[in-house]
Amino acid sequence: MTITAIPRRTLRGWKSHRRWVMPLAGLAVIVFFVAPYVVMLLDALRPSGEVLATPPTFFPKTWTADAFVQVVSDPAFQNWLKTSLIVALSATAIVIVVAIPAAYFTARFRFRGRVLFLGLVVVTQMFAPTSLVVGIYREFYDLGLINTYTALILTDAAFNIAFALWILQGFFAAIPKDIEGAAALDGCGRVGTMFRIMLPLTLPGVVTAVTFTFIAAWNEYVVALTLIQDDALKPLTVGISSYVTAYQQNWAQLFAASLIAIVPVVILFALIEKHLVGGLTAGAIK
Amino acid sequence: MVGGRLRRRSRDSGTASIAEALLWLGPALILIIGVVLYPAITLVATSFGRYSITGLRSGDAGVSNYVGFLTSPDLPRVVGNTGVWVVAVVVLTIATSLALAQFLSKSFFGRRFVRWAVIVPWAAALVISSQLFRLIYDYYHGILNQLLLALHVIRKPIDWLGDPHFTMISMVLVGVFVSIPFTAYLFVAGLNGIPADVYEAARIDGGRPWQIYRQITLPLLRPAILIGVVLNMIYVFNSFPIIWILNGSNPGFGNDTMITYMYKLAFRSAQHDVGLSAAAGVFNVIVILIAVAVYLRFVNWRESSDA
Repeated sequence: MTITAIPRRTLRGWKSHRRWVMPLAGLAVIVFFVAPYVVMLLDALRPSGEVLATPPTFFPKTWTADAFVQVVSDPAFQNWLKTSLIVALSATAIVIVVAIPAAYFTARFRFRGRVLFLGLVVVTQMFAPTSLVVGIYREFYDLGLINTYTALILTDAAFNIAFALWILQGFFAAIPKDIEGAAALDGCGRVGTMFRIMLPLTLPGVVTAVTFTFIAAWNEYVVALTLIQDDALKPLTVGISSYVTAYQQNWAQLFAASLIAIVPVVILFALIEKHLVGGLTAGAIK
Repeated sequence: MVGGRLRRRSRDSGTASIAEALLWLGPALILIIGVVLYPAITLVATSFGRYSITGLRSGDAGVSNYVGFLTSPDLPRVVGNTGVWVVAVVVLTIATSLALAQFLSKSFFGRRFVRWAVIVPWAAALVISSQLFRLIYDYYHGILNQLLLALHVIRKPIDWLGDPHFTMISMVLVGVFVSIPFTAYLFVAGLNGIPADVYEAARIDGGRPWQIYRQITLPLLRPAILIGVVLNMIYVFNSFPIIWILNGSNPGFGNDTMITYMYKLAFRSAQHDVGLSAAAGVFNVIVILIAVAVYLRFVNWRESSDA
Protein backbone atom coordinates (compact mmCIF):
# COMPACT_ATOMS: atom_id res chain seq x y z
CA MET A 1 0.00 0.00 0.00
CA THR A 2 2.89 2.32 0.62
CA ILE A 3 4.65 1.56 -2.59
CA THR A 4 2.40 3.04 -5.21
CA ALA A 5 5.10 5.10 -6.89
CA ILE A 6 7.52 2.30 -7.63
CA PRO A 7 6.70 0.15 -10.66
CA ARG A 8 5.64 -3.22 -9.49
CA ARG A 9 8.00 -5.28 -11.61
CA THR A 10 11.18 -3.48 -10.52
CA LEU A 11 10.13 -3.83 -6.95
CA ARG A 12 9.46 -7.51 -7.16
CA GLY A 13 12.79 -7.98 -8.94
CA TRP A 14 14.67 -6.06 -6.27
CA LYS A 15 12.86 -7.86 -3.48
CA SER A 16 13.88 -11.28 -4.69
CA HIS A 17 17.44 -10.18 -5.46
CA ARG A 18 17.85 -8.17 -2.30
CA ARG A 19 18.20 -11.31 -0.23
CA TRP A 20 21.52 -12.16 -1.79
CA VAL A 21 22.68 -8.83 -3.24
CA MET A 22 22.87 -7.12 0.13
CA PRO A 23 24.95 -9.79 1.90
CA LEU A 24 27.25 -9.96 -1.15
CA ALA A 25 27.74 -6.21 -1.09
CA GLY A 26 28.37 -6.59 2.63
CA LEU A 27 31.05 -9.15 1.92
CA ALA A 28 32.72 -6.74 -0.50
CA VAL A 29 32.72 -4.06 2.19
CA ILE A 30 34.24 -6.50 4.68
CA VAL A 31 37.00 -7.44 2.25
CA PHE A 32 37.72 -3.79 1.48
CA PHE A 33 38.18 -2.78 5.11
CA VAL A 34 39.85 -5.91 6.43
CA ALA A 35 42.08 -6.91 3.49
CA PRO A 36 45.03 -4.67 4.46
CA TYR A 37 45.02 -6.14 7.94
CA VAL A 38 44.89 -9.66 6.49
CA VAL A 39 48.04 -8.73 4.58
CA MET A 40 49.47 -7.65 7.92
CA LEU A 41 48.56 -10.96 9.55
CA LEU A 42 49.97 -13.02 6.69
CA ASP A 43 53.20 -11.00 6.80
CA ALA A 44 53.45 -11.58 10.54
CA LEU A 45 53.13 -15.33 9.94
CA ARG A 46 56.23 -15.66 7.74
CA PRO A 47 59.95 -15.22 8.33
CA SER A 48 60.98 -11.55 8.26
CA GLY A 49 63.21 -12.13 5.24
CA GLU A 50 60.31 -13.45 3.22
CA VAL A 51 58.28 -10.27 3.78
CA LEU A 52 60.80 -8.50 1.58
CA ALA A 53 60.74 -11.09 -1.19
CA THR A 54 60.46 -9.85 -4.78
CA PRO A 55 57.90 -10.47 -6.12
CA PRO A 56 55.84 -10.68 -2.93
CA THR A 57 53.38 -13.53 -2.47
CA PHE A 58 50.02 -13.20 -0.78
CA PHE A 59 50.34 -16.37 1.30
CA PRO A 60 53.55 -17.19 3.19
CA LYS A 61 55.81 -19.80 1.61
CA THR A 62 56.90 -20.79 5.08
CA TRP A 63 54.25 -20.49 7.79
CA THR A 64 55.69 -19.62 11.18
CA ALA A 65 54.55 -17.92 14.37
CA ASP A 66 58.15 -17.08 15.34
CA ALA A 67 57.55 -13.36 15.06
CA PHE A 68 54.79 -13.51 17.68
CA VAL A 69 56.97 -15.58 20.01
CA GLN A 70 59.91 -13.21 19.57
CA VAL A 71 57.81 -10.13 20.15
CA VAL A 72 56.03 -11.43 23.24
CA SER A 73 59.31 -12.52 24.83
CA ASP A 74 61.07 -9.27 23.89
CA PRO A 75 61.61 -7.22 27.08
CA ALA A 76 61.46 -4.01 25.05
CA PHE A 77 58.02 -4.94 23.74
CA GLN A 78 56.86 -5.79 27.25
CA ASN A 79 57.94 -2.33 28.40
CA TRP A 80 56.09 -0.61 25.56
CA LEU A 81 52.96 -2.63 26.29
CA LYS A 82 53.24 -1.69 29.95
CA THR A 83 53.52 2.01 29.09
CA SER A 84 50.54 1.87 26.75
CA LEU A 85 48.41 0.14 29.37
CA ILE A 86 49.39 2.47 32.22
CA VAL A 87 49.01 5.62 30.14
CA ALA A 88 45.74 4.69 28.44
CA LEU A 89 44.07 3.37 31.61
CA SER A 90 45.16 6.32 33.75
CA ALA A 91 44.16 8.90 31.16
CA THR A 92 40.75 7.24 30.74
CA ALA A 93 40.19 7.14 34.50
CA ILE A 94 41.06 10.83 34.80
CA VAL A 95 38.82 11.84 31.91
CA ILE A 96 35.83 10.00 33.34
CA VAL A 97 36.28 11.31 36.86
CA VAL A 98 36.69 14.85 35.59
CA ALA A 99 34.22 14.92 32.71
CA ILE A 100 31.17 13.33 34.37
CA PRO A 101 30.62 16.03 37.00
CA ALA A 102 31.36 18.76 34.49
CA ALA A 103 28.99 17.28 31.89
CA TYR A 104 26.22 16.77 34.45
CA PHE A 105 26.56 20.25 35.83
CA THR A 106 26.67 22.08 32.50
CA ALA A 107 23.75 20.04 31.19
CA ARG A 108 21.59 20.84 34.18
CA PHE A 109 22.44 24.24 35.54
CA ARG A 110 22.74 27.80 34.37
CA PHE A 111 25.53 29.75 35.96
CA ARG A 112 27.72 32.73 35.11
CA GLY A 113 30.59 31.61 32.93
CA ARG A 114 28.75 28.61 31.51
CA VAL A 115 28.99 29.86 27.94
CA LEU A 116 32.64 30.73 28.48
CA PHE A 117 33.33 27.22 29.77
CA LEU A 118 31.55 25.53 26.89
CA GLY A 119 33.38 27.80 24.45
CA LEU A 120 36.65 26.76 26.03
CA VAL A 121 35.71 23.12 25.51
CA VAL A 122 34.87 23.66 21.84
CA VAL A 123 38.18 25.44 21.27
CA THR A 124 40.00 22.57 22.98
CA GLN A 125 38.40 20.25 20.49
CA MET A 126 40.05 22.21 17.70
CA PHE A 127 43.49 22.27 19.34
CA ALA A 128 45.03 18.96 18.50
CA PRO A 129 48.16 18.02 20.41
CA THR A 130 49.91 17.94 17.04
CA SER A 131 49.72 21.64 16.35
CA LEU A 132 50.63 22.50 19.95
CA VAL A 133 53.37 19.93 20.24
CA VAL A 134 56.16 22.52 20.46
CA GLY A 135 54.32 24.26 23.31
CA ILE A 136 53.63 20.95 25.06
CA TYR A 137 57.28 20.02 24.75
CA ARG A 138 58.41 23.37 26.21
CA GLU A 139 55.97 23.07 29.13
CA PHE A 140 56.97 19.56 30.16
CA TYR A 141 60.63 20.38 29.52
CA ASP A 142 60.35 23.28 31.98
CA LEU A 143 58.53 21.04 34.46
CA GLY A 144 61.19 18.34 34.15
CA LEU A 145 58.60 15.84 32.96
CA ILE A 146 60.22 14.76 29.70
CA ASN A 147 60.48 10.96 29.70
CA THR A 148 57.70 10.39 32.23
CA TYR A 149 54.36 8.61 32.14
CA THR A 150 52.86 11.65 33.88
CA ALA A 151 53.42 13.87 30.86
CA LEU A 152 51.69 11.42 28.54
CA ILE A 153 48.82 10.74 30.94
CA LEU A 154 48.13 14.44 31.49
CA THR A 155 48.23 15.24 27.77
CA ASP A 156 46.02 12.33 26.76
CA ALA A 157 43.53 13.17 29.52
CA ALA A 158 43.38 16.91 28.84
CA PHE A 159 42.91 16.62 25.09
CA ASN A 160 40.16 14.04 25.39
CA ILE A 161 38.04 15.83 27.98
CA ALA A 162 36.29 17.88 25.31
CA PHE A 163 34.95 14.91 23.37
CA ALA A 164 33.93 12.97 26.49
CA LEU A 165 32.20 16.02 27.91
CA TRP A 166 30.38 16.59 24.68
CA ILE A 167 29.04 13.03 24.50
CA LEU A 168 28.12 12.86 28.19
CA GLN A 169 26.41 16.22 28.15
CA GLY A 170 24.08 15.04 25.41
CA PHE A 171 23.09 12.08 27.55
CA PHE A 172 22.55 14.08 30.71
CA ALA A 173 20.52 16.67 28.84
CA ALA A 174 18.26 13.95 27.42
CA ILE A 175 17.13 12.75 30.86
CA PRO A 176 13.81 14.32 31.89
CA LYS A 177 14.12 16.84 34.70
CA ASP A 178 11.20 15.27 36.60
CA ILE A 179 13.37 12.31 37.49
CA GLU A 180 15.72 14.56 39.41
CA GLY A 181 12.82 16.37 40.98
CA ALA A 182 11.53 13.08 42.30
CA ALA A 183 15.00 12.19 43.56
CA ALA A 184 15.31 15.53 45.32
CA LEU A 185 11.90 15.02 46.97
CA ASP A 186 13.14 11.68 48.20
CA GLY A 187 16.02 13.47 49.85
CA CYS A 188 18.77 12.93 47.32
CA GLY A 189 21.43 15.64 47.16
CA ARG A 190 23.05 16.72 43.91
CA VAL A 191 25.92 14.31 44.24
CA GLY A 192 23.56 11.49 45.19
CA THR A 193 21.26 12.33 42.29
CA MET A 194 24.16 12.23 39.88
CA PHE A 195 25.55 8.93 41.09
CA ARG A 196 22.36 7.04 41.94
CA ILE A 197 19.92 8.33 39.35
CA MET A 198 21.68 10.01 36.45
CA LEU A 199 24.76 7.85 36.01
CA PRO A 200 22.91 4.55 35.51
CA LEU A 201 20.70 6.22 32.93
CA THR A 202 23.67 7.57 31.04
CA LEU A 203 25.68 4.37 31.09
CA PRO A 204 25.77 4.04 27.27
CA GLY A 205 27.24 7.54 27.11
CA VAL A 206 29.82 6.69 29.76
CA VAL A 207 30.76 3.52 27.88
CA THR A 208 31.18 5.49 24.67
CA ALA A 209 33.26 8.18 26.37
CA VAL A 210 35.45 5.56 28.07
CA THR A 211 36.05 3.70 24.83
CA PHE A 212 36.85 6.80 22.80
CA THR A 213 39.26 8.09 25.40
CA PHE A 214 40.97 4.76 25.87
CA ILE A 215 41.44 4.27 22.16
CA ALA A 216 42.65 7.81 21.59
CA ALA A 217 45.22 7.40 24.36
CA TRP A 218 46.18 3.89 23.26
CA ASN A 219 46.78 5.09 19.70
CA GLU A 220 48.41 8.44 20.50
CA TYR A 221 51.64 8.95 18.61
CA VAL A 222 53.02 12.42 18.12
CA VAL A 223 53.22 13.54 21.76
CA ALA A 224 54.85 10.28 22.83
CA LEU A 225 57.24 10.49 19.88
CA THR A 226 58.29 13.92 21.08
CA LEU A 227 58.26 13.63 24.88
CA ILE A 228 59.68 10.12 25.35
CA GLN A 229 63.24 9.50 24.29
CA ASP A 230 63.99 6.69 26.74
CA ASP A 231 63.28 3.48 24.82
CA ALA A 232 62.00 1.61 27.90
CA LEU A 233 59.33 4.25 28.52
CA LYS A 234 57.92 4.45 24.99
CA PRO A 235 54.36 3.32 24.34
CA LEU A 236 53.59 0.68 21.71
CA THR A 237 52.83 3.13 18.92
CA VAL A 238 56.29 4.69 19.11
CA GLY A 239 58.24 1.66 20.27
CA ILE A 240 57.26 -0.82 17.60
CA SER A 241 58.56 1.44 14.83
CA SER A 242 62.06 0.44 15.94
CA TYR A 243 61.47 -3.03 14.48
CA VAL A 244 61.83 -1.45 11.06
CA THR A 245 64.58 1.13 10.72
CA ALA A 246 67.28 1.94 8.22
CA TYR A 247 69.48 -0.64 9.95
CA GLN A 248 67.15 -3.57 10.52
CA GLN A 249 63.93 -4.55 8.81
CA ASN A 250 61.97 -6.93 11.01
CA TRP A 251 58.63 -6.47 9.31
CA ALA A 252 57.23 -9.72 10.70
CA GLN A 253 57.94 -8.56 14.25
CA LEU A 254 56.54 -5.11 13.54
CA PHE A 255 53.30 -6.60 12.28
CA ALA A 256 53.05 -9.22 15.02
CA ALA A 257 53.45 -6.43 17.59
CA SER A 258 50.96 -4.27 15.68
CA LEU A 259 48.36 -7.04 15.73
CA ILE A 260 48.82 -7.51 19.45
CA ALA A 261 48.17 -3.78 19.82
CA ILE A 262 45.14 -3.76 17.52
CA VAL A 263 43.20 -6.85 18.58
CA PRO A 264 42.15 -5.72 22.09
CA VAL A 265 40.89 -2.44 20.68
CA VAL A 266 38.89 -4.12 17.91
CA ILE A 267 37.28 -6.40 20.50
CA LEU A 268 36.55 -3.45 22.76
CA PHE A 269 34.94 -1.59 19.88
CA ALA A 270 32.97 -4.61 18.68
CA LEU A 271 31.60 -5.16 22.19
CA ILE A 272 30.20 -1.66 22.42
CA GLU A 273 29.22 -1.38 18.76
CA LYS A 274 25.57 -0.81 19.63
CA HIS A 275 26.41 1.87 22.18
CA LEU A 276 28.79 3.43 19.71
CA VAL A 277 25.96 4.39 17.43
CA GLY A 278 23.69 5.43 20.30
CA GLY A 279 26.50 7.26 22.05
CA LEU A 280 27.33 9.32 19.02
CA THR A 281 23.68 10.10 18.43
CA ALA A 282 23.00 11.61 21.82
CA GLY A 283 26.18 13.61 21.92
CA ALA A 284 26.63 14.59 18.34
CA ILE A 285 23.24 14.87 16.76
CA LYS A 286 21.02 17.12 18.67
CA MET B 1 16.65 20.03 57.58
CA VAL B 2 13.45 20.46 55.71
CA GLY B 3 14.37 24.08 55.00
CA GLY B 4 17.70 22.99 53.62
CA ARG B 5 16.11 20.51 51.32
CA LEU B 6 13.61 23.04 50.11
CA ARG B 7 16.31 25.56 49.35
CA ARG B 8 18.19 22.92 47.43
CA ARG B 9 15.10 22.08 45.45
CA SER B 10 14.62 25.65 44.39
CA ARG B 11 18.19 25.87 43.20
CA ASP B 12 17.79 22.65 41.30
CA SER B 13 15.36 24.40 39.04
CA GLY B 14 18.30 25.69 37.08
CA THR B 15 20.76 28.26 38.40
CA ALA B 16 23.86 27.80 40.46
CA SER B 17 26.54 30.05 41.91
CA ILE B 18 29.98 30.38 40.40
CA ALA B 19 31.51 28.86 43.50
CA GLU B 20 29.44 25.75 43.12
CA ALA B 21 30.15 25.63 39.40
CA LEU B 22 33.88 25.77 40.10
CA LEU B 23 33.54 22.81 42.42
CA TRP B 24 31.98 20.69 39.66
CA LEU B 25 33.98 22.01 36.74
CA GLY B 26 37.22 22.73 38.55
CA PRO B 27 39.13 19.54 37.77
CA ALA B 28 38.20 19.69 34.07
CA LEU B 29 39.14 23.38 33.99
CA ILE B 30 42.49 22.79 35.64
CA LEU B 31 43.42 20.11 33.11
CA ILE B 32 42.24 22.08 30.10
CA ILE B 33 43.94 25.28 31.25
CA GLY B 34 47.10 23.51 32.39
CA VAL B 35 47.68 21.13 29.50
CA VAL B 36 45.83 22.69 26.56
CA LEU B 37 45.74 26.47 27.06
CA TYR B 38 49.10 26.80 28.77
CA PRO B 39 50.98 25.01 25.97
CA ALA B 40 49.09 27.19 23.50
CA ILE B 41 50.35 30.29 25.33
CA THR B 42 53.83 28.78 25.58
CA LEU B 43 53.70 28.16 21.85
CA VAL B 44 52.95 31.82 21.20
CA ALA B 45 55.68 32.93 23.60
CA THR B 46 58.15 30.54 21.99
CA SER B 47 57.34 31.92 18.57
CA PHE B 48 58.71 35.30 19.64
CA GLY B 49 61.95 33.86 20.99
CA ARG B 50 65.33 32.93 19.60
CA TYR B 51 66.51 29.45 20.46
CA SER B 52 69.81 27.63 20.27
CA ILE B 53 70.01 24.32 18.45
CA THR B 54 69.68 22.52 21.81
CA GLY B 55 66.44 24.35 22.58
CA LEU B 56 67.71 26.96 25.07
CA ARG B 57 66.27 30.43 24.81
CA SER B 58 68.95 32.86 23.78
CA GLY B 59 66.91 36.04 23.45
CA ASP B 60 63.96 37.78 21.90
CA ALA B 61 63.35 37.40 18.22
CA GLY B 62 60.52 39.86 17.78
CA VAL B 63 58.53 38.89 14.72
CA SER B 64 61.55 37.53 12.86
CA ASN B 65 60.35 33.91 13.26
CA TYR B 66 57.10 34.84 11.56
CA VAL B 67 58.90 36.71 8.82
CA GLY B 68 61.22 33.74 8.36
CA PHE B 69 58.33 31.30 8.23
CA LEU B 70 56.14 33.36 5.90
CA THR B 71 58.97 34.07 3.48
CA SER B 72 60.29 30.53 3.46
CA PRO B 73 60.59 29.27 -0.14
CA ASP B 74 59.00 25.95 0.92
CA LEU B 75 55.84 27.55 2.29
CA PRO B 76 53.74 27.87 -0.91
CA ARG B 77 54.35 24.23 -1.73
CA VAL B 78 53.50 23.13 1.82
CA VAL B 79 50.33 25.25 1.96
CA GLY B 80 49.25 23.86 -1.42
CA ASN B 81 49.86 20.30 -0.22
CA THR B 82 47.82 20.99 2.90
CA GLY B 83 44.92 22.31 0.85
CA VAL B 84 44.92 19.30 -1.46
CA TRP B 85 45.29 16.90 1.47
CA VAL B 86 42.47 18.35 3.59
CA VAL B 87 39.98 18.99 0.79
CA ALA B 88 40.55 15.66 -0.97
CA VAL B 89 40.42 13.54 2.18
CA VAL B 90 37.39 15.31 3.67
CA VAL B 91 35.34 15.37 0.46
CA LEU B 92 36.05 11.74 -0.42
CA THR B 93 35.47 10.64 3.18
CA ILE B 94 32.12 12.39 3.47
CA ALA B 95 30.85 11.13 0.11
CA THR B 96 31.92 7.52 0.72
CA SER B 97 30.66 7.54 4.29
CA LEU B 98 27.23 8.79 3.24
CA ALA B 99 26.84 5.83 0.89
CA LEU B 100 28.28 3.37 3.38
CA ALA B 101 26.06 4.64 6.20
CA GLN B 102 23.00 4.26 4.00
CA PHE B 103 24.04 0.67 3.35
CA LEU B 104 24.85 -0.10 7.00
CA SER B 105 21.51 1.23 8.20
CA LYS B 106 19.60 -1.31 6.09
CA SER B 107 18.99 -4.68 7.67
CA PHE B 108 20.38 -7.72 5.89
CA PHE B 109 22.02 -11.02 6.66
CA GLY B 110 25.50 -10.54 8.12
CA ARG B 111 25.20 -6.81 8.77
CA ARG B 112 26.76 -7.20 12.18
CA PHE B 113 29.95 -8.59 10.61
CA VAL B 114 30.08 -5.75 8.12
CA ARG B 115 29.83 -3.23 10.94
CA TRP B 116 32.61 -4.98 12.85
CA ALA B 117 34.81 -4.98 9.75
CA VAL B 118 34.31 -1.25 9.26
CA ILE B 119 35.54 -0.69 12.82
CA VAL B 120 38.95 -2.26 12.19
CA PRO B 121 40.75 0.69 10.51
CA TRP B 122 39.30 2.96 13.20
CA ALA B 123 40.57 0.79 16.03
CA ALA B 124 44.05 0.40 14.57
CA ALA B 125 46.45 3.19 15.52
CA LEU B 126 47.11 5.54 12.60
CA VAL B 127 50.81 4.92 12.91
CA ILE B 128 50.26 1.17 12.59
CA SER B 129 48.02 1.48 9.53
CA SER B 130 50.56 3.88 8.03
CA GLN B 131 53.40 1.38 8.49
CA LEU B 132 51.21 -1.28 6.94
CA PHE B 133 50.45 0.82 3.87
CA ARG B 134 54.12 1.75 3.57
CA LEU B 135 54.77 -1.91 2.86
CA ILE B 136 51.65 -2.47 0.76
CA TYR B 137 52.65 0.49 -1.46
CA ASP B 138 56.31 -0.57 -1.63
CA TYR B 139 57.75 -0.55 -5.14
CA TYR B 140 59.57 -3.87 -4.87
CA HIS B 141 57.93 -5.75 -2.02
CA GLY B 142 54.42 -4.30 -1.98
CA ILE B 143 51.39 -6.44 -2.68
CA LEU B 144 49.52 -3.60 -4.39
CA ASN B 145 51.72 -3.49 -7.49
CA GLN B 146 51.64 -7.27 -7.61
CA LEU B 147 47.84 -7.29 -7.49
CA LEU B 148 47.39 -4.56 -10.09
CA LEU B 149 49.90 -6.25 -12.40
CA ALA B 150 48.09 -9.55 -12.08
CA LEU B 151 44.76 -7.86 -12.86
CA HIS B 152 46.39 -6.06 -15.83
CA VAL B 153 45.38 -2.68 -14.43
CA ILE B 154 48.96 -1.46 -14.74
CA ARG B 155 51.73 -2.68 -17.06
CA LYS B 156 54.71 -1.92 -14.91
CA PRO B 157 55.02 -1.36 -11.18
CA ILE B 158 54.39 2.14 -9.81
CA ASP B 159 56.55 3.75 -7.17
CA TRP B 160 53.52 4.87 -5.14
CA LEU B 161 55.43 6.63 -2.40
CA GLY B 162 58.54 7.75 -4.28
CA ASP B 163 57.11 9.05 -7.56
CA PRO B 164 56.02 12.67 -6.96
CA HIS B 165 52.96 12.13 -9.17
CA PHE B 166 51.62 9.43 -6.90
CA THR B 167 52.80 10.25 -3.38
CA MET B 168 49.97 12.62 -2.48
CA ILE B 169 47.28 10.41 -4.07
CA SER B 170 48.59 7.40 -2.17
CA MET B 171 48.54 9.30 1.11
CA VAL B 172 45.06 10.71 0.44
CA LEU B 173 43.68 7.20 -0.14
CA VAL B 174 45.04 6.05 3.22
CA GLY B 175 43.63 9.17 4.83
CA VAL B 176 40.19 8.43 3.42
CA PHE B 177 40.44 4.76 4.35
CA VAL B 178 41.06 5.51 8.03
CA SER B 179 38.59 8.41 8.21
CA ILE B 180 35.60 6.55 6.79
CA PRO B 181 34.76 4.38 9.83
CA PHE B 182 34.15 7.17 12.33
CA THR B 183 32.33 9.28 9.77
CA ALA B 184 30.15 6.40 8.58
CA TYR B 185 29.21 5.57 12.17
CA LEU B 186 28.36 9.20 12.79
CA PHE B 187 26.05 9.15 9.77
CA VAL B 188 24.48 5.83 10.80
CA ALA B 189 23.68 7.50 14.11
CA GLY B 190 22.15 10.39 12.20
CA LEU B 191 20.10 8.09 9.98
CA ASN B 192 18.82 6.18 13.01
CA GLY B 193 17.60 9.49 14.39
CA ILE B 194 15.27 10.06 11.45
CA PRO B 195 11.79 8.76 12.37
CA ALA B 196 10.52 5.95 10.13
CA ASP B 197 7.13 7.63 9.60
CA VAL B 198 8.81 10.49 7.75
CA TYR B 199 9.86 8.02 5.07
CA GLU B 200 6.50 6.36 5.17
CA ALA B 201 4.79 9.67 4.50
CA ALA B 202 7.17 10.48 1.65
CA ARG B 203 6.51 7.14 0.03
CA ILE B 204 2.77 7.56 0.32
CA ASP B 205 3.19 10.93 -1.38
CA GLY B 206 4.79 9.09 -4.26
CA GLY B 207 8.45 9.96 -3.69
CA ARG B 208 10.99 7.99 -5.68
CA PRO B 209 13.96 6.64 -3.71
CA TRP B 210 16.45 9.22 -5.04
CA GLN B 211 13.94 12.03 -4.48
CA ILE B 212 13.32 10.85 -0.94
CA TYR B 213 17.07 10.73 -0.32
CA ARG B 214 17.66 14.23 -1.72
CA GLN B 215 14.66 15.90 -0.17
CA ILE B 216 14.15 14.03 3.09
CA THR B 217 17.24 12.16 4.17
CA LEU B 218 19.95 14.68 3.30
CA PRO B 219 18.26 17.69 4.94
CA LEU B 220 17.48 15.71 8.09
CA LEU B 221 21.03 14.40 8.11
CA ARG B 222 22.43 17.90 7.84
CA PRO B 223 23.50 18.31 11.49
CA ALA B 224 25.39 15.01 11.31
CA ILE B 225 27.03 16.01 8.03
CA LEU B 226 28.07 19.37 9.46
CA ILE B 227 29.65 17.71 12.47
CA GLY B 228 31.28 15.12 10.24
CA VAL B 229 32.82 17.79 8.04
CA VAL B 230 34.02 19.95 10.92
CA LEU B 231 35.54 17.08 12.90
CA ASN B 232 37.17 15.62 9.81
CA MET B 233 38.58 19.03 8.83
CA ILE B 234 40.17 19.26 12.27
CA TYR B 235 41.40 15.65 12.36
CA VAL B 236 42.71 15.60 8.80
CA PHE B 237 44.41 18.97 9.04
CA ASN B 238 46.14 17.88 12.24
CA SER B 239 46.86 14.40 10.94
CA PHE B 240 50.48 13.50 11.42
CA PRO B 241 51.39 9.80 11.21
CA ILE B 242 50.19 9.08 7.66
CA ILE B 243 52.33 11.77 6.04
CA TRP B 244 55.14 11.34 8.52
CA ILE B 245 55.52 7.66 7.71
CA LEU B 246 54.43 7.30 4.07
CA ASN B 247 56.46 10.35 3.06
CA GLY B 248 59.25 9.44 5.47
CA SER B 249 61.81 8.37 2.91
CA ASN B 250 61.40 11.40 0.62
CA PRO B 251 63.88 14.23 1.17
CA GLY B 252 62.90 17.88 1.51
CA PHE B 253 59.38 19.22 2.02
CA GLY B 254 57.88 18.27 -1.37
CA ASN B 255 54.96 16.32 0.08
CA ASP B 256 54.73 17.78 3.58
CA THR B 257 51.64 19.42 5.01
CA MET B 258 51.87 22.35 7.40
CA ILE B 259 51.78 19.97 10.35
CA THR B 260 54.67 17.71 9.33
CA TYR B 261 56.59 20.76 8.04
CA MET B 262 56.24 22.40 11.44
CA TYR B 263 57.37 19.22 13.18
CA LYS B 264 60.41 18.85 10.95
CA LEU B 265 61.44 22.45 11.61
CA ALA B 266 61.63 21.83 15.35
CA PHE B 267 62.69 18.24 15.71
CA ARG B 268 64.13 16.87 12.49
CA SER B 269 65.67 19.58 10.34
CA ALA B 270 69.36 20.46 10.52
CA GLN B 271 68.56 23.74 12.29
CA HIS B 272 66.26 22.39 15.03
CA ASP B 273 64.71 25.83 15.00
CA VAL B 274 62.18 25.80 17.84
CA GLY B 275 61.21 29.45 17.41
CA LEU B 276 60.53 29.07 13.71
CA SER B 277 58.53 25.90 14.34
CA ALA B 278 56.49 27.62 17.05
CA ALA B 279 55.62 30.40 14.60
CA ALA B 280 54.48 27.69 12.18
CA GLY B 281 52.43 26.12 14.99
CA VAL B 282 50.67 29.41 15.79
CA PHE B 283 50.01 29.85 12.08
CA ASN B 284 48.51 26.33 11.93
CA VAL B 285 46.18 26.92 14.87
CA ILE B 286 44.96 30.17 13.32
CA VAL B 287 44.45 28.52 9.93
CA ILE B 288 42.29 25.69 11.33
CA LEU B 289 40.24 28.09 13.47
CA ILE B 290 39.59 30.29 10.43
CA ALA B 291 38.86 27.31 8.17
CA VAL B 292 36.24 25.94 10.56
CA ALA B 293 34.72 29.37 11.11
CA VAL B 294 34.52 30.02 7.37
CA TYR B 295 32.95 26.63 6.76
CA LEU B 296 30.33 27.13 9.49
CA ARG B 297 29.61 30.59 8.11
CA PHE B 298 29.35 29.22 4.61
CA VAL B 299 26.85 26.50 5.52
CA ASN B 300 24.95 28.83 7.80
CA TRP B 301 25.35 26.96 11.04
CA ARG B 302 22.57 28.74 12.93
CA GLU B 303 19.87 28.04 10.46
CA SER B 304 20.70 24.35 10.41
CA SER B 305 21.04 23.97 14.16
CA ASP B 306 17.56 25.35 14.54
CA ALA B 307 16.22 22.90 12.00
